[in-house]
Amino acid sequence: MSGRDRTLLPAAAAWLDEGRKIAVATVIGTWGSAPQPAGSLLIIDADGNFIGSVSGGCVEGEVVMEAQGVIKSGETKILEYGVADETAWKVGLACGGAIRILLEPVTGEGS
Amino acid sequence: MKAEVLRQLASDLAQRRAVVLASDLKSGARQLIYPETGKGLAHLQNLIADALRSDRSGIVDTPEGEIFLNVFNPPLRMIIVGAVHAAQSLAPMAQIAGFSVIIVDPREAFATAERFPDQEIMATWPDEALPKIGFDARTCLVALTHDPKIDDLALAVAVASPCFYIGALGSSRTHAARLERLAGHGIAPDRLARIHGPIGLDIGARGPTEIAVSILAEVVAVLRRGVVRTESKIGAA
Repeated sequence: MSGRDRTLLPAAAAWLDEGRKIAVATVIGTWGSAPQPAGSLLIIDADGNFIGSVSGGCVEGEVVMEAQGVIKSGETKILEYGVADETAWKVGLACGGAIRILLEPVTGEGS
Repeated sequence: MKAEVLRQLASDLAQRRAVVLASDLKSGARQLIYPETGKGLAHLQNLIADALRSDRSGIVDTPEGEIFLNVFNPPLRMIIVGAVHAAQSLAPMAQIAGFSVIIVDPREAFATAERFPDQEIMATWPDEALPKIGFDARTCLVALTHDPKIDDLALAVAVASPCFYIGALGSSRTHAARLERLAGHGIAPDRLARIHGPIGLDIGARGPTEIAVSILAEVVAVLRRGVVRTESKIGAA
């Protein structure tokens, strides 16, 4: 699924309808050969379900984990992954690119 | 992000309304900006217009700090005139590539839900169906019937619209005859020049599925680059 699949936002709205707590991760900057352009979205719920994509699979696992904390704390975070970063290799951003991600809780309903 | 912002974005997309979500990375403020109202972030109006036109999201630096402009243009849409074999390949491929697909064909034997289970079907003539759909700059039209009675009607509507791509199936000779017919109906040369014919990139496509690949490739090339290099077109058939 592409990071900006037209079904993504309706699906996220449906998650809210079901009372699920969610966070939104947005690619806000890319360098080098990042696979998803700025604006790509990943929607995550409190159970670790996710739709969309921010990297073509490289850092999704890490972002989904970070999202759990963001949903609990209600605080927005900016995450950075790049090849120069030791953790980036660990989570597998081996494409030679770097990305910056805005990770924010969706608030105002049941929270 | 407030839930209502996310819901509003989903609703705007459903109604094919272009919108930019501005996120102030320092203050955390979120704002939806609509090009037609021009309200909000007046000092960024030009940057917002550029972002929408180029369909590119990105960070802009302002004296107050970084603002991320996320562009939500209406979803891409492909109108396929001709519920033919190649359309059965092209429709699902285009959907995977992010297009919503509408099939138009007055021949009810072709335009059936059995042949197109996952697409919207309009089993009427193009001059009746197309005005109902309404064309915008995120819509493209692909004419595949080979039948001038059907294709010509669709092309005449499309060339007068802001749609971003128009293509018609048929050899160079067929295409030349088509252009002559349409010119005979009083359609101006600059409008006729918008029609890509023979349709598709020259990848040596064989059979309906590979033709669908070449058509989709050309549509994406025009969407992202604006033009297609002439040497990559299919030669005379």
